[in-house]
Amino acid sequence: MQGSRHPIAGKGAAIAALASSQYLRCNNRGAGIDILTKLRLRYSKTDNAKYISHLDLAAAMRRAFIRAGLELEYSKGFNPHPYISVAMPLSVGMQSVCELMDVGLKAQVEMADLPGQITKYLPSGLEISEAYEPLRKFNELKWLEISGILYYDTVPQDICQKLKTRFCASNIEVLKKTKRGMGTIDIAEYVRDIEFSGTSEVYISAKISAQEPTIKPENILDALGGDFQVLAPDYAVFKRIEAFDSDMLIFR
Amino acid sequence: MQKVQKPARYVGGEYKQIIKNKNEIDIRVAYCFPDTYEIGMSNLGLRIMYGIFNEIDGVWCERTFAPWTDMEDEMRKENIALFGLESGDALTEFDVLAFSIGYELSYTNVLNMLDLAGVALRSTDRDDYAPLVIAGGSSAFNSEPLSEFIDLFVIGDGEEVVAPLMALLRNYFTTPALHADAPHINSATVCSDFKSPKKGILKKAFLAQAAKLPGIYVPSLYCVTHNDDGTISEIAPQSGAQLPVKRRIVSDLNSSFFPVDTIVPSVGLVHDRVVLELFRGCIRGCRFCQAGHITRPVRARSHDILVKQGIEALKSSGYDEVALLSLSTSDYEDIFPLCDGLIEWCEPRRVNLSLPSLRADNFSVELMERVQKVRKSGLTFAPEAGSQRLRDVINKNLTEKELLDTCAVAFEGGWNGIKLYFMLGLPTETDEDIIGIAKLSHDVLNCWKQYAKNKSRGVRITVSTSCFVPKPHTPFQWEPQISMSEYMRRVDLLRSAMKSKAITYKWHSPEQSFVEAVLARGDRNLGKAIEAAWRLGARHDSWSECFSFNTWLEAFHDAGIDPEFYAFRQRDYDEILPWSLVESGVTLAHLKNECKAAYAGIKTPDCREGCSNCGACE
Repeated sequence: MQGSRHPIAGKGAAIAALASSQYLRCNNRGAGIDILTKLRLRYSKTDNAKYISHLDLAAAMRRAFIRAGLELEYSKGFNPHPYISVAMPLSVGMQSVCELMDVGLKAQVEMADLPGQITKYLPSGLEISEAYEPLRKFNELKWLEISGILYYDTVPQDICQKLKTRFCASNIEVLKKTKRGMGTIDIAEYVRDIEFSGTSEVYISAKISAQEPTIKPENILDALGGDFQVLAPDYAVFKRIEAFDSDMLIFR
Repeated sequence: MQKVQKPARYVGGEYKQIIKNKNEIDIRVAYCFPDTYEIGMSNLGLRIMYGIFNEIDGVWCERTFAPWTDMEDEMRKENIALFGLESGDALTEFDVLAFSIGYELSYTNVLNMLDLAGVALRSTDRDDYAPLVIAGGSSAFNSEPLSEFIDLFVIGDGEEVVAPLMALLRNYFTTPALHADAPHINSATVCSDFKSPKKGILKKAFLAQAAKLPGIYVPSLYCVTHNDDGTISEIAPQSGAQLPVKRRIVSDLNSSFFPVDTIVPSVGLVHDRVVLELFRGCIRGCRFCQAGHITRPVRARSHDILVKQGIEALKSSGYDEVALLSLSTSDYEDIFPLCDGLIEWCEPRRVNLSLPSLRADNFSVELMERVQKVRKSGLTFAPEAGSQRLRDVINKNLTEKELLDTCAVAFEGGWNGIKLYFMLGLPTETDEDIIGIAKLSHDVLNCWKQYAKNKSRGVRITVSTSCFVPKPHTPFQWEPQISMSEYMRRVDLLRSAMKSKAITYKWHSPEQSFVEAVLARGDRNLGKAIEAAWRLGARHDSWSECFSFNTWLEAFHDAGIDPEFYAFRQRDYDEILPWSLVESGVTLAHLKNECKAAYAGIKTPDCREGCSNCGACE
């Protein structure tokens, strides 16, 4: 299997292709009628499954459907591959309980039964919680709520207060990789509702911009450089909690 | 974990991994594969043995692999002992560490894994409370270089040995209470947080009994003495151990275990697919080939069983590829019914059928046409030698005409890439034979010019050479390897004879082949050198980016070993060879006859044309 053959939506292009009307139609060709169901799956990727890479995830899902005896819709052409589209790619090592993925299924299924039906064929740590017909496009997903734990070898005094102050600044410049190389970006307006708590280790929660621009947890940590170096944790883990649209309403 | 590449290699949790309740387990086995996760999980032997161990009540077999260097660094820094992927428990908590050793260049990984597990390297330094360390795989056919590190070797097919061995082991458990003076863990351990005292094994008594089982070799029960010139003077078995040790074989593949419900890794592998084993053994008697000699005779699975197993395994795994495995797939007698049966199921489900190990004959191309209806991938053939004379010497029954006819059909059928594998340094090879490789390659190119339908796409002919490594239990086991400088001279000769830009010539470095040759035909003295190389940092020697020739030279020097004694020496027919304590099935007389026939340039017919009385069927 070669990853490059799989059109997992990284950015906008593949998402747009997926959402096109052609994909949504019910084919009526040849002898029989193909029933095509477009499905959105909400799933979690936790524990050791957090190490499954973006490309391997598609293979894991595809195989789970095959094991369940459900046929996926494949692309036409020389090298057919199933349409599997992930809303927001998740970094290796980061957990999530709010992942979204669209697949095309060549069968009619009972939506309520599907999560359990597929989950039992997935590697441990991948679990589908909901299946439904998608009503919105992925590009309407604007915010992601994340939580995390910051670990310090020695915890600085009043760390939560200091972190809060840092992120209340009106301008938070960080270096960020862009398509044109490294550039600086002010993340202040793209990080909302940031909270810190805890004493021996620091619990962080925040809502970060999911697309245009995509803010990652690492960008938050990058804000703890320079004058704020003392606030930088020695180690940190993050988890996605929920997805929202531009009105801060839960995105499904 | 965040710091290492591909952390998914080290965490388990794959679909169909086997988790058992520890309270119901009395034997914990760690199946140790001395290479990376991706290589190990591509290995059918691992999947078979994992299934067979876990079929036994009370036995839980987990997997562990050689960590890549970045992971090793982290483990040593953080004091993390090597662990089983299923439970995450340190290997010191296991009763048996079972290594699968398929190639010589993984020997340092075996030592490294023992050390990372916190287990002493040498059998003599491990007490009854340290895990029992056993090993199998094709390298066990000359296990002498590892004999100081491994308690027990399983020689030949492992399937039927496991159950009796585990049953025997249960009779020799001991508890720390009975041996209050025994330490719970040995002194060499690196993981200091080991808590609960574990039951031990009365190893000496167990090994003495195990050594009586067919196919089991316990090195500590054999006393090997040497002559002044370094050759072996005597191999003396102690306490009733068998000599020679006969390898085990599965006589009926139809009833032997096949892993239908097999683990499906969550990271992409080298070979990520269902593998169907058509047969073991090989009817061809290629004189350089160890696998073809130690697995004789041919034992085939019936095609209807294979089709059934293939479909079940595809359904269970969700894989989209199935590969047919054997030493020479074209020699499977029911290949057409097999392929038809599989294609019928696979094609509508977008499952590819892959056929490695095909002979270069027209029959193979017909087969390929049949299975690869859409994609024309590359074809790979191994003529091994450039001239008919030399191919007769090595008994590679492939004529130039057959190869070119095959290529003609393939080019006509739309293929435009061919890989050709050769060896340099085969016995009796002359410069003429080497030029023959270039000539044959150009003939293949001309064949493309003549037969290709669409020349605008161009052609890729890749010629690869490697340095011949004489292997134990083959007719060439007495032969010297050519020196590295001679190999490079032959490479240069061949390179200068390659004129066309359409032909890419690649050669493997001779250094790895040299070390491989030393280890392949090594004796017990080499244990010191392997340990020295490991201490100097040798790891993953089969990976060219990790292999350091200077490390090995230093290790040989430190251990007082002359590597050329093992690689370059012509042995006498009546010399006692280190591996002569293992009986591979093929008689010594047959190997000698074959060696003589090689020098006379006489071919030996394959098993179906006529029996050559090699002894393997008895």
